[in-house]
Amino acid sequence: MYAQMIKSEATTDDPEKLKEFQARIDDDIKVEPRDWMPEGYRKTLIRQIGQHAHSEIVGQLPEGNWITRAPTLERKMILLAKVQDEAGHGLYLYAAAETLGVSRDDLTEQLLSGKMKYSSIFNYATLNWADIGAVGWLVDGAAIMNQVPLQRTSYGPYSRAMIRICKEESFHQRQGYDIMMKMAQGTEAQKKMAQDALNRLWYPSLMMFGPSDADSVHSTQNMAWKIKMNTNDELRQKFVDQTVPQAEYLGLTIPDENLTWNEKKGGYDYSDPDWSEFFDVLKGNGPCNVDRLEARNKAWDDGAWVRDGLMAHAEKKRAAKTAAE
Amino acid sequence: MSKEWPLWEIFIRGQHGLSHRHVGSLHAPDAEMAIKNARDVYTRRNEGVSIWVVEANNISASSPSEKGPLYEPSESKIYRHPTFFDIPDEVGHM
Repeated sequence: MYAQMIKSEATTDDPEKLKEFQARIDDDIKVEPRDWMPEGYRKTLIRQIGQHAHSEIVGQLPEGNWITRAPTLERKMILLAKVQDEAGHGLYLYAAAETLGVSRDDLTEQLLSGKMKYSSIFNYATLNWADIGAVGWLVDGAAIMNQVPLQRTSYGPYSRAMIRICKEESFHQRQGYDIMMKMAQGTEAQKKMAQDALNRLWYPSLMMFGPSDADSVHSTQNMAWKIKMNTNDELRQKFVDQTVPQAEYLGLTIPDENLTWNEKKGGYDYSDPDWSEFFDVLKGNGPCNVDRLEARNKAWDDGAWVRDGLMAHAEKKRAAKTAAE
Repeated sequence: MSKEWPLWEIFIRGQHGLSHRHVGSLHAPDAEMAIKNARDVYTRRNEGVSIWVVEANNISASSPSEKGPLYEPSESKIYRHPTFFDIPDEVGHM
């Protein structure tokens, strides 16, 4: 997902306090920033929310790539609005992470140094306009699958950020599907582009949910803490079941020969993505890993004088105001 | 490393005359920029008609560990709620 393979941190707190904490979570009482919480809970959340925030920010790059090349002025304005939303989503999430005691600059530096990850999906390229449609439809669609249940997560600030994000996210998926509809109903060449985008982005989208975690210890702990609400497989299944009819409506074919309706489970059987590719992308060997980090580092470095200048100006004004009083 | 911009808490009053409500936080060098940034982030879909910004370190908050002593006294005073009093139906709406 936007936060993939989050390992839960070991906790060495007082067992009595841990029991009380778990009881409150089981009762659906939200944990708030200044409440007592296990160190493991705090650290795991910083990693998860941080990774989620980084994904929103890096996720602007593949789409921003097409703002200047959108086919019409209206499409350009819509895409610009979507990319602005992603910046907002990153901000809400960074702010939620900061309530756990990590600084914004610290999180940024950990992204820029490669110490913290972002979702594997954003290391794939957007090669043509149909990819922008497919990203909105599939990538935002997959993100919604994960984010809707996270609105009920146990940590108050994270839950509130998710509620804001979900409100805005369905615009994103619809704008993607709208592009796909246009392409799929267009000329033969446009239809081919739409199918090609689906072919390339289908498996990377399935990878977003992370590998099967049915037997993962971390997953069990994170689910008990309600910072993970469903298993990766549950969400992936839901995503496939929702997406197949949408592809059919477009007249496009999901690139999976094994895709069949399974009456017994009431869902589709589908092929797993190539997990070795997933791990390779996480390691930094995806098509765009280097580009993405270079772009983020450049933006941070090139913006330093602006950040410093505004700060200096604010301090000067404050000093002048104090002197005048 | 340069200095991090201070954190501001953002409060927005919606369209319908309700009080300002906390909507989130952001970093900005000063109040003026905090308002501009809040406009860009938190009112992108007509969410508000007025913005307050408060530097986060100027906010004092009650402590979670005092929850008991702070709020327990009101729990026992159920007569503060109108439903405590039985008014006969004949009296009509009150």
